[in-house]
Amino acid sequence: MSFVEARNVTKRFGDNTVLSGVDLDVGEHEVVCLIGASGSGKSTLLRCLNLLEEVDEGTIAVDGQSLTNGKIDVNALRRKIGIVFQAYNLFPHMTVIENVMLAPVKTRRLNARQARGEAVELLKRIGLADKADEFPDRLSGGQQQRVAIVRALAMGPKLMLLDEITSALDPQLVSEVLNLVRELAEVGMTMIIATHEMSFAREVADKVCFLDAGVILEEGRPDQIFSSPQQQRTREFLARIIEAGRL
Amino acid sequence: MNQVVHTFLSPHDFRVSLPDVWAGFKVNLKLMVVSESLVLVLALAVAIIRGLPGRGAKPLRALMIVYTDFFRGTPLILVAFVVGFGLPALNLHVLSNLSNFAYGVIALTLVYTAYVTEVYRAGIESVHPSQRMAARSLGLSYAQSMRYVVVPQAVRRVVPPLLNDFIGLQKDTALVSVIGVAEAALQAQGYSQTYANFTSYTVAAVLFVLLTIPLARFTDHLIAKRERRERAAAT
Repeated sequence: MSFVEARNVTKRFGDNTVLSGVDLDVGEHEVVCLIGASGSGKSTLLRCLNLLEEVDEGTIAVDGQSLTNGKIDVNALRRKIGIVFQAYNLFPHMTVIENVMLAPVKTRRLNARQARGEAVELLKRIGLADKADEFPDRLSGGQQQRVAIVRALAMGPKLMLLDEITSALDPQLVSEVLNLVRELAEVGMTMIIATHEMSFAREVADKVCFLDAGVILEEGRPDQIFSSPQQQRTREFLARIIEAGRL
Repeated sequence: MNQVVHTFLSPHDFRVSLPDVWAGFKVNLKLMVVSESLVLVLALAVAIIRGLPGRGAKPLRALMIVYTDFFRGTPLILVAFVVGFGLPALNLHVLSNLSNFAYGVIALTLVYTAYVTEVYRAGIESVHPSQRMAARSLGLSYAQSMRYVVVPQAVRRVVPPLLNDFIGLQKDTALVSVIGVAEAALQAQGYSQTYANFTSYTVAAVLFVLLTIPLARFTDHLIAKRERRERAAAT
């Protein structure tokens, strides 16, 4: 059984069907990249996977646990699944280290000293230990996004969902964030990554899924998707990406 | 002109009435401090209850809406009459045997909590939904995400309008003179009726203004400071 198993996931916002029957399997330690145009349902799919959005139809199981049978402890589940957003969403009234420590202290019941120790270790890993006591608005976008990743990692998640985490960044700040993701992939973190960074997807992904109009139209190994896409829509999408100089 | 000065600005009457009016004004100060403290806490509670999610909380939400609608719409002086004269008439065990001061606090708190609830609510709603989402995604419960993420940001944003409402409350402490709380306005009235001179009212007015001006300037200062910070962050 896959680590993440989504079957026929359907999500509507009013009359607008954003996901219409998505099937997705992600094995443990696997990195899956979701590509596709804006509005194709990538973000919504990620949000459904940690129940930030409720699915209208279909089933999702993570680590053998059903998310969709209504019996789940949502908060406990979310501690196992980290998510990082395009807009970082750091808490602006807390310092960097307080951002990282909040969830461990409040939900993992760590005492402040332990949590601080862990947070400092994590910040050292991303080279931002010296920014621990700064407020987020004093950091660059790339630094903020790395803190957001570390904040999610502080919960010790078994799965990370990354939602276009470099889309809001200046081009010269993208690589510092992608390097961190690369490191996570190397240590075997299971990840589902919605991204527009095609060369990055090609490099780190074990599997690439092309979403179009709320369905996974095509999936496969990166070289297969990028070099010999089978679907007309995939070819069109990639052609536009190449035209824009992003591949 | 002389008549005006003599009636409203007589130095002699100023000196003579000051001790009594000042003694009354200290009651106003106490009314303010006690009522404001209660309002700060209760209004936040009402605002949070009004924002509770889910169908189960619907009766609670409705109750809070009825409360805020009613007390925002009712003049304070009416509430003061009802509380100050009505509650004692009920012959209830505790509620009917309080001091006039306590009835004054109850009336002020009932009315101002309704106002300040709306201020808090605006603040809570101004926190971007992505902040809640980020908090919930880390495994924090609804209550924890409110307590640690939403409310602290909301409160910071609404400090200036909160202070503004408190300026209103400070002035309105004079209204509870109608139920016999011996505060500054009532003391001033006593003096003017005894000596047929209105300078005592001027004394009371000066005391109120001296109290509100620093608060008003402090509010301006906070607003200016925030604007500077936001402009700096936007560069």
